[in-house]
Amino acid sequence: MITGILLLLPLLCSLIIFSLKNEKWIHLISIAGSVIEFLVSLYGLFLYSTQCHCQFILNIGWIETLHVNLRFGVDGISILLILLTTFLTPLIIFFSFGHAYSKPSAFYGLIMLMEMAFIGVFSAFDGLVFYIFWELALIPAYFICAIWGGNDRIRITFKFFIYTFTGSLFMLVSLLYLYFRTPAPHSFEIIYLYAAHLTPKEQGWIFLAFFLAFAIKIPIFPFHTWQPDTYTIAPAAGTMLLAGIMLKMGTYGLIRFILPICPIALKEWGWLALALSITGIIYASVIAIRQMDMKRLIAYASISHVGLISAGIFTLTQKGLEGATIQMISHGINITGLLIIISLIEKRMKTREIFRIEGMATRAPWLAAFFMILLLGSIGIPFTNGFIGEFLLLFGISEVNIWLAALAGLTIIFSAVYMLWMYQRTMLGNPNEISQRVSDISLTETIPLIPIVIMVIWIGVFPNFFLHMAEPAIREIMNLIH
Amino acid sequence: MLTIISLTLLGILILAEGILDKKSWHLPTILAGLPISILLALTGWNQNLHFYKNMLIVDNGSIAFTALLIFITFLIFLFAGRYYKDVVRPLDDIYAILIFALAGCVMMTSFGNLIILFLGIETLSIALYVLAGSHKEAITSNEATLKYFLMGSFLSGFLLFGIALLYGASGSLNMDEISRYTIREAGHLSPMFRTGLFLLIIGLAFKIAIVPFHFWAPDVYEGTPTLLTAFMATVVKVASIVALFRLFNNCFSSIRDIWAPTLWILAVLTILVGNLTGLYQPNLKRMLAYSSISHSGYMMLAVLAFSARSSGALLLYAAAYSVATVTAFAILILIRGAKRNDLYTSFEGISKKNPIEAICLTIALLSLTGIPPLAGFMAKYYLITTALEQGYLWLVIIAILGSAISVAYYFRPIIAMFLKEGDGVKLESGIAYKTNIIFLTILTLALGFLPALLINLL
Repeated sequence: MITGILLLLPLLCSLIIFSLKNEKWIHLISIAGSVIEFLVSLYGLFLYSTQCHCQFILNIGWIETLHVNLRFGVDGISILLILLTTFLTPLIIFFSFGHAYSKPSAFYGLIMLMEMAFIGVFSAFDGLVFYIFWELALIPAYFICAIWGGNDRIRITFKFFIYTFTGSLFMLVSLLYLYFRTPAPHSFEIIYLYAAHLTPKEQGWIFLAFFLAFAIKIPIFPFHTWQPDTYTIAPAAGTMLLAGIMLKMGTYGLIRFILPICPIALKEWGWLALALSITGIIYASVIAIRQMDMKRLIAYASISHVGLISAGIFTLTQKGLEGATIQMISHGINITGLLIIISLIEKRMKTREIFRIEGMATRAPWLAAFFMILLLGSIGIPFTNGFIGEFLLLFGISEVNIWLAALAGLTIIFSAVYMLWMYQRTMLGNPNEISQRVSDISLTETIPLIPIVIMVIWIGVFPNFFLHMAEPAIREIMNLIH
Repeated sequence: MLTIISLTLLGILILAEGILDKKSWHLPTILAGLPISILLALTGWNQNLHFYKNMLIVDNGSIAFTALLIFITFLIFLFAGRYYKDVVRPLDDIYAILIFALAGCVMMTSFGNLIILFLGIETLSIALYVLAGSHKEAITSNEATLKYFLMGSFLSGFLLFGIALLYGASGSLNMDEISRYTIREAGHLSPMFRTGLFLLIIGLAFKIAIVPFHFWAPDVYEGTPTLLTAFMATVVKVASIVALFRLFNNCFSSIRDIWAPTLWILAVLTILVGNLTGLYQPNLKRMLAYSSISHSGYMMLAVLAFSARSSGALLLYAAAYSVATVTAFAILILIRGAKRNDLYTSFEGISKKNPIEAICLTIALLSLTGIPPLAGFMAKYYLITTALEQGYLWLVIIAILGSAISVAYYFRPIIAMFLKEGDGVKLESGIAYKTNIIFLTILTLALGFLPALLINLL
């Protein structure tokens, strides 16, 4: 029931918004719809019991002859990601009101459509339904970036589309192949997929195909080349949706599909995925240090941070998976906050070039304060949300190999370097001509930042609630691996 | 049988209206007559009728495909009024020939004898030679008809020669008889029979435009009047594929080992060449020609992977492909009307003044690409599942690679419409035309959500 409301409400809102002309009504319906959606998901959290793993099951027969059902449900990992989606979407929508995008009905309609697709991905308990929502999320994402994006957007967003679409086609092939290996009567239902009979060789191929699809979406080095350009040119709201929520579809897919379906292949090839993730952490951090554009810096920082998440997943340890789950939430919150701040700075300074922004803190102390908190969260200072996730992830990696953990741990040092460097350059020092005249953050601009900052600190101080939610689901996955 | 008679009568009625000079009666007559033909076709459901000593066999499969073909023709006629709005000369000949061509298509879906197959193909082809050249003043149209006629009549020779050799070897033209012959002689088929079989494949491959017998298609499509190109790309293509499907799976199913590798190679070539060449086309009409070539490659998957489900999958695929293609052609007609050409540059910025047309074309192209949850995806999904079931893993991988490539050219008009700045022309589409386009788009969406409607028919 709740899953049904969560799926239908954004769809309904987006259809209404598409047909509206009046900007006020568009704003009202998009914000009201997304806030109600958040409240519904909170109510879902209230009803959710941590004891049993798959709840709120919605099962609608669709194609009887092939045993394809529209099967949705929620377990400990997916409820957290659904909450992340419903939490961030109203903030992103509210933040976008300040930007006066052209064609608002299309813009907000597409955002609501994307929200529905995200929730569909996170709650699908059927392989084919997962795939359908996975692709459905791509279409609005493409149009948001391509229509409202910056320079050279056509070429860049097209590259993004081709990359991710090709990746997901490989996932489709392996899903279909799996279907015929499931116990009779064949089905795409997730427990059937888990029970598929595969030889080690077949598992290897399935692993590769799935890995390709998820690695492109996340992105894991060396499949990341679409990401920095796309994040840079996308409109602020588009980057937040991509970085804050969409890439979690990839890491979620790793946990939901790759780990339980191909455990044998993981023993053989898992090291490669782990090595690629850790290479990505270091490679992207080093590049981030050299970036001059704030948004591009965040894009590379994101590759590095999600590299750590996927490394944690491929350790196949309880700690690694717990860390990955909580870090998915934290990363989504932090990067959205940072992108809001960058967009506010850009609005004031008319540029994102780090060298042309100086000494903003003198005129805009509140902006600087919010920026600082989010930076610390992103670096992973104790009592911020980044800390607990990174700690668990590194702990998980150290259970596999202490030297790998040491290498991966460099991410904390590196991120401190580029984040603090960016902060020092832009906020501290003597104000230049433009930053002497900037105004501080206004009340409406603060509104989306406040919940984010609260979450940064809350998760940092009381992570147990979130870990407790995810733990049974993770244990279930661990049982399937071994 | 009733369907063929009713369609022929409908054609004659149009000609009679032409003699009486009642031009405005044509379209209402056709739009009323085609649904009646569909109903007449459906009366034979579940009866498995045989006519004239098995010359025509009307089973559920042929009824479903017949109804689909007539329905697509109906959809095309919905746009005929607007397309021929400014034409002064009488149109009864064009409309009547279209209907006669459709009657030929119906014969191709319900033949029980190779002669009927040949008659159907010739009825269709001769009508198409005339239709391709029906825009008499345009040199491109004349070029198209000449090319099509020379190539077509040459390849009809192959087809007939193939049929003759099969007759020589098996002593019958009846499908059941030939099927019995192949079972009897499975181990040691005579060279005459094999040669006949391959000549038959070549002849049909030409009609479907399968690589490497596809070279006529882009030129002919480009020169033919756009509305008739839509007919060629959908009805004619589907009818030919269905003929291939019916012939090989009813008649030659016991000697799969002989023809399956050939069709496998042809399917791979068609998918790859169709999609790769599609990338280099300067305008939408030629692009749709290559798109139709690559889609015939996908539909060959159904021919190869014969199982209980493959005819349902082919039906869904044919429906999804045809509906999306007709939508694309309908909007192409508008663009050609406004800009006098259909280069991709003509699409730039049209989404501003014409959001409905732009969105409908986008959905049609996305469906052709195979993006869920649209009809094209569900159709491709079913086709691929049936192929995988029969163990064609590599063919499936190539088909999927093909659709990854196809994104590149299906997105060119979308990018042009939404992302580029243009002169903002308002397309002259009336309310009726718009409604029809929206109706087609809803069909594309509905087939995506409820594919079981068609799949479970067969």
